[in-house]
Order: sequence, then C-alpha cells, then structure tokens
Amino acid sequence: MQASIKKPRRSPLFWAQLAFTLTVCAFLIVPVFMSMTAGVTLNYMTGVSGGLTTQWVEKVLTDYRGPIVLSLELAIACLLCTLLLGIPAAYVLAKRQNAFTRAIEELLVMPVAVPGIATALALIVTYGGLGGFRTSWLFILVGHVLFTLPFMVRSVLAVMSSIDLKTLEEGARSLGANFTQRFFGIILPNCRSGIIAGSLMVVTLSLGEFNMTLLLHTPLTQTLPVGLADTYASLRLEVGSAYTLVFFVIIVPLLIAMQWASNAVSQRKRI
Amino acid sequence: MRERIQLAALMAPGAILFAAFFLLPLAQLVVIGGSGKLGWSAYWAVFTEIRYLKSFGATIALSIAVTLFTLGVSGIAGVFLERNRFRGRALLTAMLTLPLAFPGVVIGFMVIMLAGRQGLVPDITDLLFGERLVFAYSMAGLFMGYVYFSIPRTILTVMAAAEKIDPRLEEAARSLGAGSFMVARDVILPALKPAFLAAGAICFATSMGAFGTAFTLATRINVVPMVIYTEFTLQANVAMAAALSFVLGGITWAALAFARSLSGSSVAASG
Amino acid sequence: MNNADNVSIRLERCARTFEDGTRALEATDLTIQAGETIVFLGPSGCGKTTTLRLVAGLDEPDVGGKVWFGDEDVTAIPIERRNVGMVFQSYALFPNMSVEENVAYGLRVRKVPADQRELRVQESLEMMHITDLANRRIDQLSGGQRQRVALARAIAPRPRVLLLDEPLTALDAKLRENLRVEIDRLLRSLGITTVYVTHDQGEAMALGDRIAVMDKGRIAQIGTPEEIYRAPANAFVADFIGTMNRLFGRVENNSLVFPGGRVNWSGPPPAAGLMFRPEDLQLAAPGSGNFTAQVVSAFFLGDHVRLVLDAGAPDFFIARVFERRTFAKGETLEFTLNPHTLVSLEK
Repeated sequence: MQASIKKPRRSPLFWAQLAFTLTVCAFLIVPVFMSMTAGVTLNYMTGVSGGLTTQWVEKVLTDYRGPIVLSLELAIACLLCTLLLGIPAAYVLAKRQNAFTRAIEELLVMPVAVPGIATALALIVTYGGLGGFRTSWLFILVGHVLFTLPFMVRSVLAVMSSIDLKTLEEGARSLGANFTQRFFGIILPNCRSGIIAGSLMVVTLSLGEFNMTLLLHTPLTQTLPVGLADTYASLRLEVGSAYTLVFFVIIVPLLIAMQWASNAVSQRKRI
Repeated sequence: MRERIQLAALMAPGAILFAAFFLLPLAQLVVIGGSGKLGWSAYWAVFTEIRYLKSFGATIALSIAVTLFTLGVSGIAGVFLERNRFRGRALLTAMLTLPLAFPGVVIGFMVIMLAGRQGLVPDITDLLFGERLVFAYSMAGLFMGYVYFSIPRTILTVMAAAEKIDPRLEEAARSLGAGSFMVARDVILPALKPAFLAAGAICFATSMGAFGTAFTLATRINVVPMVIYTEFTLQANVAMAAALSFVLGGITWAALAFARSLSGSSVAASG
Repeated sequence: MNNADNVSIRLERCARTFEDGTRALEATDLTIQAGETIVFLGPSGCGKTTTLRLVAGLDEPDVGGKVWFGDEDVTAIPIERRNVGMVFQSYALFPNMSVEENVAYGLRVRKVPADQRELRVQESLEMMHITDLANRRIDQLSGGQRQRVALARAIAPRPRVLLLDEPLTALDAKLRENLRVEIDRLLRSLGITTVYVTHDQGEAMALGDRIAVMDKGRIAQIGTPEEIYRAPANAFVADFIGTMNRLFGRVENNSLVFPGGRVNWSGPPPAAGLMFRPEDLQLAAPGSGNFTAQVVSAFFLGDHVRLVLDAGAPDFFIARVFERRTFAKGETLEFTLNPHTLVSLEK
C-alpha cells in the first residue's frame, strides 16, 4: 500500500521533520565516525590536523590478535551450528501448526528474552564444575548458539511460510523424490534468501555478543567485544578507537549486506 | 505415522541442546537462588532489601524514560520517512538502522566519545559556556546510550506499521475538514498504537536487560544487571545474583511476551 | 508415446476420515479400466479430491480400505513409489529450476541415463508445444504456460496412471477452453489411465469416458456423459448437470396431468417427481401441443433463446428454443413435451 505521496510543493512541516530526522541521524552516525577517526590520529587531542598514523591499529592487531581471531572462529562455528539445528527446526515448524509447535516457538525465543547475564549465570552454575568444558571456547559457543538460534529459525521459517511448501513437496513426491532428495533439491534452494538473511544475522550477533560472553569467558578465551571493554576501561582513547575501528571494519559490511538481504526477502514475498 | 517420526527426528537435536543447555540450567538457577545464606527468602529479599529495591526502581525508571523518549523520536522520524519520498531517503533510512547490531560496549564507547572527559559535548559547552559538561559516567550518559541503541529498533517497527495505514482514512478525514494536526492525532496515532505498544515493550525489555553499556560507563551506576554482575564477581554471592537474574528475566520475558501478543513476530530484538 | 504399462485402478471399501473426525469419503468401491479417463465431478467438499489423493498415495484410506493398481495392492505404497503422474491445481512447479529442469526432474530422480532423459524431455516438451520455453524460469511464465509445463513434467517419466486435480480451475475462461481441447488430445494420444477432478461439468462432459458425480462423500452416479445427462439417477445429479425442469403431476386415465398440460402416461405414478431438459420442450403450432405456458422472460444467447416460462406450477420452467423470432413478455406459447424424455427421480 502506497503512503500518500506528498506533492513536491514542500510544506514547512516537511522541512521541520526533515531537519529533525537529520539531527537524529547525526546523533547516531557522528559518534561512529568520531570513534573511527580517533583510531588513526596520532593524538586525540590534536585530532586529524595533528597527523594520521596506523600505529594504534597495528598495536591492536598485534596485542589483540587472539580475541579477534577467536571471535571470527566463534561466529563461523555459531553459524554452522545454527544452520544444522535451525533449518530442520524451521521446517518442522512450517509443516505443522499446533499447540506443541507454538510452545516450541515460544521456548525458542526465551534466550533472547532473558538477559544475557542470567543465561550465562545459569550455564555457569550448571556446568561450571566441568573444568575442561568451562575453560574452552565451546562454553562460549553454547551461549552464542542459544542466543542466535531463534533468529535463524525465524528468518528461514518466514520464507518457508511464504512458499506453498506442501504442494511443492507433494509435486516432488509425485515424481518419485524421497525425503532427502526433496529437502536438498527443492526445499533448501527455495529458502535461500531466508538462509542468507538468517546467516548474516547470526554472524553479526555472535561477533558483537558481550553480555553472556563476559561471564562465560576466561583470560584464555577472550573475544573481541570483551577485549573492547578492556581497552575502553584501561587504555588510551586512541587504542580504544583503533580497536573499535577494527570492529567496525569487520561488522559494517555485514550490516549492509543484511539490509540488502532483507530487502531481497521482502521483495520475494511480493511475487 | 512415518511423517511424524521424521519430523520429531528433525526437531530432536535442537530440542536436546535446548533442554540441556538452557532449560536445565535455568531450573538450576532457580534452585541456586534459593540455596544461599538467606535460603528461599533470597527471592523475597529482592523485593524488600533497600538497595535491591533502589536498583530495580532506578532501572525501571530509566527504562520507562528511554522508552517514552525513543517512541517520541522514532515516531516522528519513522512516520516522516515512511510517508515522504525524496532523494536520499533510502540512505537516511539505512543510516538510521545501521546501529541495530552494535554491541552495548561499543555504544558505551560512543557515549564516552560524545560526553566523556574529552568528548564532543564538553568541547561545545566549553566553547559556549566555559564549562565542560561531562555526563558520560552517570545516569544521563546511560540514558543517551540506551536511546542510541533503541532508536534503530523502534524506527523499523514504526515504519513497517506506517506503511500499512490506509491512505483513504486520511483522505476521508481531510474531506471532512481535518488539518494536518488533527489527521495526525485522530487517524495516524491511533493506527500506530499497536506498533508503539509493541516497540515500546521491546524497548523497555531491552533497556531492563542491557548490560554492556553500563559496564563500559563504570561500575558506579546502579542498574540491576550491574548489581547482578557485582554480586557474582566481586561478592561471590551466587545465590543473590541468581535470584536477581531470575526476577529480572521474568520482567523482561513478560514485557516481550506482551509485545509478541500484539504484533506477531515482526519485531527486531537483540541483546 | 504409447503406454504399454497401463493399469486398471480398483478402490475396495475405501473411506477417509480426517483427524478432526470429518468423514470426507464414505466406504466406496470403484473400478477404473486401464486406459480409461474417469472424471470425478461435484461441488467443493464432495470428496472428489480426497478420492484422488487416495489413488495417488498422498493419503491412506481408513482401515479396511484397499487400493489396487492392476493386480498389485498399492495401499501401503506411498506416492513416491507408485509411479503416478500428478498435475496440481496450483501447478507445484519448482521455482528454483528452469522449465527443462522441472520436466526432467522425475527422470533424474529415477536415475534415467542422461541421453534417454534428454530424449524424453524433448518429447514431453513437444507434446505440450512448449519447446521454446525450455530455458525459461518459472516466474516468467503465464498461467497457461505453467499448466503445460506441469503436464509435461507429469508425463515425462511415463507414469502408469495420470492424476489431474482441477488443473484448469485457476485459468480464465478462454484459456480453459483452449487447454481443455489440448488435454483431450493429449489423453487420447497417450491412452493412459486417467483420473480427472473438476467442479466444471463442461470439462467433465468433454473429457470423461465416464463421469462419477459425487456428493457429500459418496458417488451419486457413475456413467458415460450421455447416461448422466439423459438418465440422472437422482435429483442431485439431475440438478448438477445441465439445467433441470422438475415436474410433479398425478395420473388420470392413462394420462399424466400437471400444471400446464398433460401427456400420455402408462407407467406407475412417479413418487419423487419427473424431470426433463430445456431442449425437450419443442415449440408447437397453436392447438397441436400438450403443454401451455406464458413467457416470463426471454434471453437471446446467440445460437438459441432461453425462455423462462410460467405454467402455473410453483417453479418456473426453462426452455431452449432455436426459432428466429422475438418473444414478448406475457406471451402464451404452446409446446410439445415427449413423455419418453421424462426421467423419474429417486428422492
């Protein structure tokens, strides 16, 4: 449904609202740029005019190489887990709508509804005694998967619900396809947009997850956001900025890809 | 039937993981919460001890303030963006929704950039009034940070709802003589009410459970997630931390359930 | 493309009850000859699609029901292994594949070698006149084109039974007519045992060797199109097919007397009324007819005129007249009604 298109004769109200919106935009974007540029200046006080340098970025990449790499590894592992667990779950939820599946959907959302520290605390009191598990990165992975799984399921389920899954499957069955052939040859390819959107969401959320990870990590399993908090608290503003810059360089392309992918999903639904 | 077994098998791995790593730990958390020095009355202490009451009070007040302010800002900007077409609109929308997945820590850093000791706002006030207004490390800074991550989320919900407003309702109102203000008050706002309620509930829940931002802006701030953290790490009072987590989790879950009942699953939420 | 492995289909005491208790099909026995095209016809909810799905193997009959393909009991065999070809109302074409890949799908699943597969795909595309669409994506096709692809895909693996579930319902009238002719030609040339489901009686009459008219989960009548039309077994069938004029009268001295006239009658008094078709009323010269009525309205429909007549009975009669003249409202007309065209209806 088209919003009523205002004629190009712009009213004062339009300009006022535009100014307001631009201010809000500035509020959101200006700090981003500030924190990025601070990371490449010699000295924050002198700003850009004092000279540019890559020394801070280099320092971050050396000192915090471990956490950065671990975060990337965690994100990929998290993605794999959510794909393996989430896509079949979405399929089941798409095929059956009864009280049982509705309960499952509610349950699935709980790790998002419950604050991250609560979930982390719960994991620690239950499994904290298992020394090997507690100190490995798998412990953090569990938290990430719990938190990101509903997003993958929801994304894939949205696409599955919009295609006529039942008729497509019956069509494939009438031609002799068994379950495996149908699942990989027909269902998955037609959910591609949902899988991609969900994947981007999972990776982005995992890279930025802090609340749970702060409690779940150990000095040997520090992640990027935990390292960030570390530098903000204890080190120079320039180092914190450089670290933030590194984080943005990783995450902003993902965010842009996510917006592009969600546009693709909503366009597909209109067909 | 064979199909039922098949579907159960597909759901099983996710269900098992979920039960083992979420449901079981949560149950344990409840138990732990009642096994400390105070026993089960720890849960009662949450509501009766002054300092916990104060922190709940502060957190709830902050969350409500953030919610109302954000709804106001997002309402104006979101409706404006949805109902007007102009060059650069897509770019503005993209910029406003980009910070969607920024972790709390990074946002805390942005607050420091804007209002910390070397921040932008103190620089401006220094120029204008000769005094540096530093407010990053207080409730005001936290407020700004929470607004920062709430705006992208609520704007998306508002824009989606604004798209669905029937332009014919407005045309009918205008044909009966209503000016822009009355149309906004009598047609647009009522139509957006469910979206506002849903987005507001999510905003509230997220602010209640947010942790990273408060953590970055110093441990002096007395919001519930910070109290939980200090009880656990500094006081080793696991039972109290568990009890507090549970109550906090209950509040956020109830708020999100309320939001879901209003709007289905069209909500953007993350930690 | 001749079908050597045509089979007959037999349903033995097949009923179907849904999970919520609704009885979609009462216990039914039905035999379909090899190579025959049978049409299940009826209003929505009558059980025709339910029966088709039992034949297909998408659903199982209630306990005690059996489905036979020839001498083989296929009741427990799911559709994947029944070797049927099915065309759905919504086509069910795979959006992630081109037309050619869609048509080849059944052959690929059965691991038919590549060269044979290509041959059969080309054959099927030619049969449906869509060879030039081979590389198109599904969302680029019109409704009529999609239906042709669906047909080509169903016949490519040379199934032993062809099942069509209201294939033309989603198309506009002109397209439906054209495709109906093509489907008829296709079925004749393939000679394959076919079950066709529709609610459109025109399609049923045109395509079916036999028609099974269904109502509320039961077969009301099964027969050739002519049998169904001329000798409907009951009021439901008579009313569903074509237009029915219903007549109630009493027998007096070898005559059947009814509002509007009388005819010679030698049989027993009709219990549930009699019916005749609009074309059974022939316009007669004044004084020579046995039925009189007044014109209520006249509709010029091109090749004939449809008259609504008032003969003093509670319901109006419909007549079909081929005279080239205009009829005035209120005009009194005489007709000849041949008593042999009157069909007795059970309740």
